[in-house]
Amino acid sequence: MAESDFNVLTHTLVPEHHLMSEEEAQQKLSELKITKDQLPKIRKGDACIKVLERIHGPISEGRIIRIVRKSATAGSFEVYRLVVKDVKG
Amino acid sequence: MMRGVSKRIGSIRFAALSPEEIRRMSATKIITADTYDDDGFPIDMGLMDPHLGVIEPGLRCKTCGNKVDECPGHFGHIDLAMPVIHVGLVKEIKKLLQSTCRSCGRLLMTKEEAAEASKEMDAVDDLGGDYIDYRLMAKETAKGASKKEFCPHCGEPQEKITLDKPTTFRENGHKLTPKEVRERLERIPDEDLPPLGINPETCRPEWMVLTALAVPPVTVRPSITLESGDRSEDDLTHKLVDVLRINQRLRENRDAGAPQLIVEDLWELLQYHVTTYFDNQTSGIPPARHRSGRPLKTLVQRLKGKEGRFRSNLSGKRVNFSARTVISPDPMLSINEVGVPYEAARELTVPVHVTVSNIEALRQMILNGNEPELRDGKYVPGVNYIIRPDGRRVKITDRNAELVAEGLEPGYIVERHLMDKDVVLFNRQPSLHRMSMMAHTVRVMPGKTFRFNLCVCPPYNADFDGDEMNLHVLQSDEARAEAMILMRVQEHIMSPRFGGPIIGAIHDHITGTYMLTHQNPLFSKQEVLSILTNVHYGKPLPEPHLIDGKECWGGHELFSLILPDDLRMTFRASICQNCPTCKKEECEIDAFVKIRNGVLLQGTIDEKAIGSFKGRILDKITRDYGPDASREFLDNVTKIAIGAIMVKGFTTGIDDEDIPAEATAQITDALNVAIRKVSDLVEAYHEGILEQMPGRTLDETLEVEVMKVLGRARDEAGQIAGRHLGMHNSAVIMARSGARGSMLNLSQMAGCIGQQAVRGERLSRGYWNRTLPHFKKGDLGAEAKGFVKNSYKSGLTPTEFFFHSMGGREGLVDTAVRTSRSGYMQRRLISALEDLKLKQDGTVRNTADMIVQLHYGEDGIDPTRSVHGDAVDVDDILSEVLGDEADLLAKIGETKQIGYATVEKDLMETIEEEELEEPEYDMGGDD
Repeated sequence: MAESDFNVLTHTLVPEHHLMSEEEAQQKLSELKITKDQLPKIRKGDACIKVLERIHGPISEGRIIRIVRKSATAGSFEVYRLVVKDVKG
Repeated sequence: MMRGVSKRIGSIRFAALSPEEIRRMSATKIITADTYDDDGFPIDMGLMDPHLGVIEPGLRCKTCGNKVDECPGHFGHIDLAMPVIHVGLVKEIKKLLQSTCRSCGRLLMTKEEAAEASKEMDAVDDLGGDYIDYRLMAKETAKGASKKEFCPHCGEPQEKITLDKPTTFRENGHKLTPKEVRERLERIPDEDLPPLGINPETCRPEWMVLTALAVPPVTVRPSITLESGDRSEDDLTHKLVDVLRINQRLRENRDAGAPQLIVEDLWELLQYHVTTYFDNQTSGIPPARHRSGRPLKTLVQRLKGKEGRFRSNLSGKRVNFSARTVISPDPMLSINEVGVPYEAARELTVPVHVTVSNIEALRQMILNGNEPELRDGKYVPGVNYIIRPDGRRVKITDRNAELVAEGLEPGYIVERHLMDKDVVLFNRQPSLHRMSMMAHTVRVMPGKTFRFNLCVCPPYNADFDGDEMNLHVLQSDEARAEAMILMRVQEHIMSPRFGGPIIGAIHDHITGTYMLTHQNPLFSKQEVLSILTNVHYGKPLPEPHLIDGKECWGGHELFSLILPDDLRMTFRASICQNCPTCKKEECEIDAFVKIRNGVLLQGTIDEKAIGSFKGRILDKITRDYGPDASREFLDNVTKIAIGAIMVKGFTTGIDDEDIPAEATAQITDALNVAIRKVSDLVEAYHEGILEQMPGRTLDETLEVEVMKVLGRARDEAGQIAGRHLGMHNSAVIMARSGARGSMLNLSQMAGCIGQQAVRGERLSRGYWNRTLPHFKKGDLGAEAKGFVKNSYKSGLTPTEFFFHSMGGREGLVDTAVRTSRSGYMQRRLISALEDLKLKQDGTVRNTADMIVQLHYGEDGIDPTRSVHGDAVDVDDILSEVLGDEADLLAKIGETKQIGYATVEKDLMETIEEEELEEPEYDMGGDD
């Protein structure tokens, strides 16, 4: 399927995605007292990453994405995901 | 923490066995297919060779010299005449053949590409990938490589390799023998393996084609001697005999220079036997069978599935110190207790370490023997075994009891019988939630069943129609302490499922409190004493009312005795009719419950107050006064309810569904009107004047209209019947107070059963264009499509009965399908979540310490302590702080009719919303 111009992030069901700067990411990691590899992952080929790449330019593996979701229990909730290699198929 | 551990497993690695390693670890080579000689001795180098371990007691192992339980068993091996492919590894072999060159054996990738792939794999490791990611990457590398048409190293054109399931490889349609396959795998150089996901240090690809077969020790496949003296061999031994036999023939034929065709046939047969030896359910080949026609249970079958080694022997095991029997109710027990029969208590034991302070008591217990008589009609614990410091067990008998008691010293362990106040775990399958297994304290009593308080039925989902339950006796002080703190019944009154009480009054207890409190009846002194005999209340009985010179107490006063002193609540009972405007204190059906300072001022105590799932008082007491108070309250409720129902008397029979003749006539009229309406609709449909509904076909419109009319008719019949069934009626009391049954049940018994449905539609199938031959083809009327005019009490006509059975059958099938499906869903859900753990910092992590959730439940709230899922109960706090002012505010708000949120009204609305759907208890039926 051809790449469309549609921005998935504008869809109601897709939560906010933000690319974190390296410093921010480092700060958050030390705040949580964890290392990068303990974070949940997001594939580089994820539609949301592709949209972010249109804004920020290429996003390398190892960067951290901040996702702000609506939460039934907490109102809104932040999660952090580590960009990893895309696996096709 | 690691005290007493002398050896610890640092890591564990699974890898393929090389033929050399198989031979190296082999205790003996197996060459003959025979097992025992004519005298019954195992033949050397046969499948039962004594070097492979011992299974007969008294003999010693020829390899290690140990006796039966000490010798672990030793592997042997079979040298295969020709190589065969390992079924478990065909996919891997296929991948390797396709992604490497047919002539030079190199990976079909340039050096740069290969280096790139390796680098990516290393990167996966750095970013915390697991073996699944590796496998995915390796698969992709292989896929990329197999697309090449020429070898980038030697330029050889590549042929297409296909796999003919289960074990035949073809190259452009030509068969590749396992020998050729092995040769190709041998050519793959070590350095090309890592990108394909193989570590060459532990696994060479050619090992996937077997040249030697490991023979498991005899301890793994013991033969059994039948009563007749015949030997019966294990399935694995049978399969190995087949392998040996064909292996022998293949070797002879090959060495004698037999024609290629014969050798190939034998080779294929050997492949078949080795394949079924590993997995006898390989698709594409017939399973090897026993002489009786039963398929053999070979290696894979031993491990796989519910009855396999993993699920039945490693994840789940059989245990000692457990008992199982039928359960029955006992309202005199506390919710924390379980009644255990004498017989079970004498069999179940608790180990007690002998110390200077308990030695005398234990001596006395040993003197009681292993089966002491009742003393003054009371149970006395005895002792079954003592364990001496050297680990020897001594069984206590009447003869040696005195001797053993004398020789008892500190350091001994005494296995004494179960007695009152011991801690046990009590469980009912299916164990779907944590409340399915709770800690109880023992009450040893006569009878042959386990008994417990009825309030504990809902968490176990137990009834007494023949249910059995399991009991496990805790064996150490640590376990007992842990169970008492974490697993005791009183700690589980609140359910994590919905943040409300799951343990609470049911059935007759609700009826009992209803009869005690509804309209505040008066009880004579005698009755009051009878009701309160077993109740433990901490305050004095209030001053009696004098009526006709007799001392009387009101039901509200009696119930108030068991409430905490400063309890303050306001809510509407289950019997509330939901009038458009609540009359509150002036409610004529006494549905407005008001408790101030621990005194029930007015209202009826029913399901809404004390029932499991819904009980508001229960909820409040557990939350505000803690589990101890809640346990006491529940124990008292059971006793006061039983007392009240016994004093008042309560019964129900079919005459509870009697309605006057004129009501029956009214119902018949209403139903006839409805049926006529239906035939009018059908007529309109046939004439084509029925107005089609938007988005529906004409047929659908008719169905919808008919269903609407008939549904309304059923409700109307129910209402007519209900008008004649008042609160003086026992069945209605049960339905309205929430004890048992519903008004719908009653209207179906007294009024009309209504439309039967299958898949949510009126019945339509059976005969061609009709449900039964009693009707005309194409009849769309009410009776022809499953409307039941009669009630359960008036009795059904034969056609109605048949329709009712159709509807009932669907219900049965649905339950059967639902339980099996939800069981499997539960299993998958639990295996996905089983190793998740809430860490001290509030994060949820798995065993690899990866973060699954940054904050438990995103709000960090323990659902057990939540208020029906919410973190705080604002209304409760408000009424707690403002007291009666909240009511006052509400009144002002209501009179002024301003937009300001009226507190009391809000409170009421939330109660309505909070009403939870209670899981339907099965109405009778078998266990």
